[in-house]
Amino acid sequence: MGWMAWTLPTALFFAGIALLLSAMTAWQVLSPGHERKGFLPLTTTRGDRLFIGLLVAAYGHLLVLALTDWPLWGASIGSLVVMIIIMKWG
Amino acid sequence: MKIRDNRAWWLVLPVFVLVAFSAIIPMMTVVNYSVQDIFDPSTRYFVGTEWYREILADPRLRDSLLRQFLYSACVLAIEVPLGIVVALSMPRRGLGVPVSLILLALPLLVPWNVVGTIWQIIGREDIGLYGWLINHAGIDYNYASNPRDAWITVLVMDVWHWTSLVALLCYSGLRSIPDVYYQAARIDRASNWAVFRYIQLPKLKNVLLIAVMLRFMDSFMIYTEPFVLTGGGPGTATTFLSQTLTQMALGQFDLGRAAAFSLIYFLIILLVTWVFYTAMTHRDDMR
Repeated sequence: MGWMAWTLPTALFFAGIALLLSAMTAWQVLSPGHERKGFLPLTTTRGDRLFIGLLVAAYGHLLVLALTDWPLWGASIGSLVVMIIIMKWG
Repeated sequence: MKIRDNRAWWLVLPVFVLVAFSAIIPMMTVVNYSVQDIFDPSTRYFVGTEWYREILADPRLRDSLLRQFLYSACVLAIEVPLGIVVALSMPRRGLGVPVSLILLALPLLVPWNVVGTIWQIIGREDIGLYGWLINHAGIDYNYASNPRDAWITVLVMDVWHWTSLVALLCYSGLRSIPDVYYQAARIDRASNWAVFRYIQLPKLKNVLLIAVMLRFMDSFMIYTEPFVLTGGGPGTATTFLSQTLTQMALGQFDLGRAAAFSLIYFLIILLVTWVFYTAMTHRDDMR
């Protein structure tokens, strides 16, 4: 694994993503979700909303890095809030 | 409805393993590289988001990105309508079908670097058919020294190479439309335009989605053809994102910056492709 040049933050990041995907799978198996329409202009499943939330989070972090000197945890908290809003009402 | 038997998911395992080795593991490595300054495999330092900040403020990235979007937009604007027109004008039966299919497939069989070399010769004003003709038509043309000419040549080369793909996809879509639709249109005395607008175009939706996504992704990642044809020049006129990235990663051996660049590049492709896909597959529920 040395060639993959792991660092603790990136390992935690990927562990988080893996955990998130496992949790979503377990959720879907235990209580299957369906397509529905919220405030987003398209019908979405839970997985779609997670994908949209993650995409918004990635671009949110890039915008903060590109346009401001703010610390990145601000973007992370903002992304988490957006993710919850999209998952619940999207 | 509760799904009781999920064993079919095991059939996806081989694909998952393949994708893990070809995409997921390399991508994780790129993420790891993007937060470090790497001198050699044993000498690397964690720099956090430093490379991302630098890359996002880099005018080279912004210029290449604008150039890339403009190029992909031109490619789609030309190749998709042209591909549809070619597909519509292809014969539906007889000897013409295999002949036109083979003729259309030929450019797709030529390797990218050979396409670049072919156009390097075709575009020359002294011995190349294209360059010679344009110069003899009274237009001053030199793709090696004029940025506008270089752009046009790279675009024409792409159109020559890839319009066939769009045409072949559209042709297969057109062939799958049952005759009853055309019969109904004839009964209603529908014009050719109405047949195209209300029968052929809606039925082509799925193949057009594939064509648009393939051509967008391919043109957005273009490297070999312009590299061989113009080397990214004159100046940086035809230096697209892949070439900027390659210069950074292999030319300067700046792995950390190049990794951050690749991830931003990946996110752009992911977003644009998702928007295309969603717009074309969810059109009905967006209304």
